[in-house]
Amino acid sequence: MNIIVCIKQVPGSNKVEVDPVTGVLKRDGVESKMNPYDLYALETALRLKENYGGIVKVISMGPPQAMQIIREAFAMGADEGILLSDRKFAGADVLATSYTLSQGVREAGEFDLILCGKQTTDGDTAQVGPEMAEYLKIPSVSNVKKIVNVNEEAITVEMDMAHTVEIAKVKFPCLLSVEKDIFMPRLPSYVKMRATKDREIKVIGFANLKDQDEKKYGLSGSPTQVQRIFPPESNSKREIWNDSEEALANKLFIKLKEEKFI
Amino acid sequence: MAKLVIHNEKISDKEAFIKICPFGALEIKDGIVDSNGACKMCKLCVRKGPEGAAEVVEEQIKAIDKSAWKGIAVYVDHENGDIHPVTLELIGKARELADKIHHPVYCIFIGAGIGDKAKDLLHYGVDSVYVYDHEDLMHFRIDTYTSVFEDFINNIKPTAILVGATNVGRQLAPRVAARFRTGLTADCTVLDIKENTDLVQIRPAFGGNIMAEIQTPNARPQLATVRYKVMNAAERNSEAKGKVIVCDLSNVVLDSDIEVIDVVAKVKEKFIENADVLVVAGRGVKSQEDLNMLKELADLLGGEVACTRPLIELGWLDAKKQIGLSGRTVRPKLIITCGVSGAVQFTAGMNNADMIVAINKDDKAPIFKIAHYGVVGDLYEILPRLIAKVKEEKGA
Repeated sequence: MNIIVCIKQVPGSNKVEVDPVTGVLKRDGVESKMNPYDLYALETALRLKENYGGIVKVISMGPPQAMQIIREAFAMGADEGILLSDRKFAGADVLATSYTLSQGVREAGEFDLILCGKQTTDGDTAQVGPEMAEYLKIPSVSNVKKIVNVNEEAITVEMDMAHTVEIAKVKFPCLLSVEKDIFMPRLPSYVKMRATKDREIKVIGFANLKDQDEKKYGLSGSPTQVQRIFPPESNSKREIWNDSEEALANKLFIKLKEEKFI
Repeated sequence: MAKLVIHNEKISDKEAFIKICPFGALEIKDGIVDSNGACKMCKLCVRKGPEGAAEVVEEQIKAIDKSAWKGIAVYVDHENGDIHPVTLELIGKARELADKIHHPVYCIFIGAGIGDKAKDLLHYGVDSVYVYDHEDLMHFRIDTYTSVFEDFINNIKPTAILVGATNVGRQLAPRVAARFRTGLTADCTVLDIKENTDLVQIRPAFGGNIMAEIQTPNARPQLATVRYKVMNAAERNSEAKGKVIVCDLSNVVLDSDIEVIDVVAKVKEKFIENADVLVVAGRGVKSQEDLNMLKELADLLGGEVACTRPLIELGWLDAKKQIGLSGRTVRPKLIITCGVSGAVQFTAGMNNADMIVAINKDDKAPIFKIAHYGVVGDLYEILPRLIAKVKEEKGA
């Protein structure tokens, strides 16, 4: 089974602030890591490979520095890595990102299955997977919490819904977004890391893609535009009570009664 | 619709120039400064660099005819015909937006045997409910549902579509957005509309640490997802207004690459999202046993116990009880946090609660910045006394 796993480099922490004067993001340091949800997708891919054979390729879009997470994927057991990196991809929203990735996947060769994590921790949208599937004209299932069965033509999975679980048999090739905890991700292996340190990562730029229409990539290919960013507000009206514990309990009791909770 | 152009001749100190970029997207190659794939188009280099060194060149693009798109549509989220309450919240919001621009409100309802349920929606201020009813649409399958959506958009041309950020909505909306090459904004917390029908969408980013205002200025329809309990639900009117329109399925592709083998009901459990009162345990709770104390208070107040992420990691409570970005978003009438410090990852999931009471020993805990009533004290001293008082009151 040929499996492609989509991974993304995200900031190591979400501690960002907006400069109130310039309205620009202040980020301390450039520390980054693989999006934690992607680890579950990668683990799922590696287990499928162990059971059914095949190869696992990881694909990412990002700056040249994102090679680091592809190396990390190698250390976990991925076989090949592709990085989509070009200034023409810069400023991409969900649609342009999905389109670029779908174009990149076309360059990655034949595949049976694409696996994505539930969402990223910086964008939090969970939208890139389904949009990619649309561009690739393949079926997709999100919120996959369990793989029930795999045969030559199809994979049967459990999709988590609010009140029910839908058991769906999806024809290959297809795309699945997996829930966290579908499998516990393995740790990177030092031996594998050493063995793969010189492994080539295929870097694909705009010039390597089939669709050469610049207007479909990066900021130009993004229908949504960020108008402004600003810090979240905190509630303005608030009281802080400092008192003995007895008095505090009493005060809280009176307040809850006043508000008809008791 | 723009690109960044670097004019090297206007840069005297190249090393200093590339340091302006917080993303490391400016690099010097063979003595020439250029940007790479890390560029976020934040334009900081344009503003902070030497005058004219970096320039954003806007490209002329053909403007679309926005007047051809009319109406605010709401996707009716349901499982086996049971309508998810987020739908009524979206109808409430859609009505408010539509009234501003004098547009109608539509619902798109996809399923099997849903006619009566569709009629019921007419009590909530909807102008038309478009019903796609077929046994092949009984269960959610992304390919068939997208095909229905495509038919609806082609026929009705709504300017905006609101979709609940449920497990269905979060996969269906992107698929539809990609099919129409249009914009989609996830998890909007504020929605407004401009006179020119551009939707003003505000959503948290970076785990709620910043808010972003997003618009889709030159594509239609505009899609947005909204989580449950973010907007106010439409009131039910005793009178039904508007009409149910049963749609023809001749242009819908019902063949699917997905076969639904079974749909299994999950064990019924009390969801923290539906509770009016929540008592939340944080790291200040010292042992799993002590959760009983919180449970007792929750029971007395007719509520549920929820918790922060560390307690899930300890395995003290089920992951469904977790509030926050990696957990659930809640909007109860009352939330009492006990020993919760108030990291933004947590507060982003509960700061819309009507009344927030925080109990914490540390008067510098960030939770006090969002609490309406900050109780500085030891939860182990306060809760037993409070519980005793409530019991006494109830007994009386």
